[in-house]
Amino acid sequence: MLSRTAENLYWVARYIERAETNARLLEVGARNALIPNTGGGYRNDWESVLLSFGSLFAITEKYGDMVQRNVETWMFFDHDNPNSVTSCIEKARENGRIVRTALTTQVWDALNIAYQEVQGFARVERSRLSLSDLTDWTLRTSALIRGSALNTQLRNEGHDFTNIGHYLERADSTARMLDTKYFTLLPQISYVGSGLDNYQWRTLLRAMSSNRAFNWAYGGEISPNKIVDFLVLNRACPRSLLSAVEGANEHLDRLARAYGRSGPAQTRVRTMVGELAEIQVHDIFDEGLHEFLSRFIGEIATLGFDVKAMYLSGDVR
Amino acid sequence: MFDGKEVRIPYRGLLDWSRNMPEELRSLKQSEAEALFRRIGITFAVYGEGGSPDRLIPFDMFPRVFAADEWAKLERGIKQRAKALNAFLVDVYGRGEIVKAGRIPGRLVYRNEAYETAVCGIIPPKGVYSHIVGIDLVRTGPDEFFVLEDNCRTPSGVSYMLENREIMMRMFPALFQENRIAPVESYPALLRRTLASVAPAKCDGNPRVVILTPGHFNSAYYEHTFLADMMGVELVEGADLFVEGDFCWMRTTEGPKKVDVIYRRIDDAFLDPLCFRPDSMLGIPGLMNVYRSGGVSICSAPGAGVADDKAIYTYVPEMIRFYLGEAPILKNVPTWQCAKPEDCRYVLENLADLVVKEVHGSGGYGMLVGPRSDKATIELFAQKIRAKPWNYIAQPTLALSTCPTFVEEGIAPRHVDLRPYCLVGENIELVPGGLTRVALTKDSLVVNSSQGGGVKDTWVMAE
Repeated sequence: MLSRTAENLYWVARYIERAETNARLLEVGARNALIPNTGGGYRNDWESVLLSFGSLFAITEKYGDMVQRNVETWMFFDHDNPNSVTSCIEKARENGRIVRTALTTQVWDALNIAYQEVQGFARVERSRLSLSDLTDWTLRTSALIRGSALNTQLRNEGHDFTNIGHYLERADSTARMLDTKYFTLLPQISYVGSGLDNYQWRTLLRAMSSNRAFNWAYGGEISPNKIVDFLVLNRACPRSLLSAVEGANEHLDRLARAYGRSGPAQTRVRTMVGELAEIQVHDIFDEGLHEFLSRFIGEIATLGFDVKAMYLSGDVR
Repeated sequence: MFDGKEVRIPYRGLLDWSRNMPEELRSLKQSEAEALFRRIGITFAVYGEGGSPDRLIPFDMFPRVFAADEWAKLERGIKQRAKALNAFLVDVYGRGEIVKAGRIPGRLVYRNEAYETAVCGIIPPKGVYSHIVGIDLVRTGPDEFFVLEDNCRTPSGVSYMLENREIMMRMFPALFQENRIAPVESYPALLRRTLASVAPAKCDGNPRVVILTPGHFNSAYYEHTFLADMMGVELVEGADLFVEGDFCWMRTTEGPKKVDVIYRRIDDAFLDPLCFRPDSMLGIPGLMNVYRSGGVSICSAPGAGVADDKAIYTYVPEMIRFYLGEAPILKNVPTWQCAKPEDCRYVLENLADLVVKEVHGSGGYGMLVGPRSDKATIELFAQKIRAKPWNYIAQPTLALSTCPTFVEEGIAPRHVDLRPYCLVGENIELVPGGLTRVALTKDSLVVNSSQGGGVKDTWVMAE
């Protein structure tokens, strides 16, 4: 397969997953903004959301006020934000258009229709678009694209590159989303267990579409330990870091078998799977949740570079 | 469609169909067609107009029809022409017999901008320079076809021929049951066979064919992806290829793979920055060395453009007589070269009746249609011709045939032309069909899509 084709497929998957993450984040922020600001003591919720995604500075610069409407514009519509849902959908479709031949009609249709619809939103009065409509649309769209790909694409190396993009982005996004709320997950903070905390944790689970799944898996009281276990170490949770890294591992393995050679990407991903399979929740809290997540995000980025160097540049002999 | 008052035979099957179609159904079908085109993503960009690169070419549902015997004659004429053009190319990059024989002035060939000294003396595999010859034709009478121009480099539009047919079959399956229409869907397979048949001498085993595109910003990018998809070959950009040793390689996830045949959709000038334009980012440095030493085939071969130049066009009937010893089956439109003083004088005196074109122009830009222009425009054009006479040629305005077309008011005649795509490799092949372009504006003679033209499905009735 042409290296450039592999790269385009990889980015289609990453951008779609990224659009979905953005929508989920918007939901976290908006739900948290619904609770009364009692005590007046803690930070604006939007701020932590944007901080995790590295765009706090850019948005303050552009809009000044951190009101919901501005955040919505920034995270859904704004072309100045390279990671806004609109930007992601457009780039995913552009990447797809370049490798039109490597996509099935269903996948291309889904991408193209998403693009037409997102263009359509820009022409609708904002007062007629509720936040939940936008986030629902995004989740539905990404599910349609991903589902079409799973159902119709050839199970060849293109399938592997699509999935590697998908899993790397998902690992990154779960880590960042968890990081958004890391300070509420620290057990030693005094308001742990208060109604407010529960609310924030529930919102986090809800945004990961895992609220009920969590109940089934753990039952009873909600606690930071359980949440971290669920979103980091639990294989049963489709968005957990371990699931994402194992997914990437599986497809890198398939590539190694198909091409008859293994390299730094395979070594790194195996190390990561090994670590996540071994450690316990208390190890994570010992390291510091924020520190652990930052390190993990860094490792995912390095794995991304390894994949690029091995397959997407076409230089390896 | 009509022969006097009678409906011409090939159109009879369509008469009831079009008459019985209620207004609502028609507009429904029209929007269905548009939605299909948009969903498939068949769009084109108009250069120099800015705006969205995603414009649709208007599609007219009324097909253009050829009877089997009409087509048989056309086919012979087109193949004859494609053969002669290739013979000419091999000759002028070789011994130049036709020039020595005094049949074509040497300066028109050797001082032509499109004449590529870098490929002198090269005979490409199977002696073919132009593998896909697109010949633009118009009809002026029951048995009279004129060639407007030849396209020997990389004629585009063939994806429309195929997709128009797909969409018609999907929307009106009954029409295809009632009429026996020759299929065109073998084109991609034929194209691949043609390209594989001109693999270089150094290629052993199954030749690897690729399509080289300038990239997804190109107006014909959809067509490049379409053809790659239908042929099952890789669509590459310049940066995906590199030269090492005596061969050209493409970068893949498994490491480099040797490439044998490049169907390029970029111009000569951009092919190889070491040989042609040094600022080209689209090309592959060193490609021409590989080509010259027989490591890779380039289709169409660099230098093929000299045969489809508007000044050379005049001499194509001469080529047919010279190389094939046959009488030309298709006629040329009489052409005046403004470079010749006596022709130029005639052109300037009769501007109001003539069509004037730039020698190197394309896309319907920079031309004058005398009978449709006012005095001021004509005067302005006359000044341009006086300033640079060698830049212009003139032709009489032809009584172009029309084809029934759906318009606001119902069905009305609109002018059409035809571009069939002739494939030249080991064999010469032509699928029964082509691209019919239609001038959607009343009385207009300009069919270019950039100037408000549309397309139609083209039917050749089976024997």
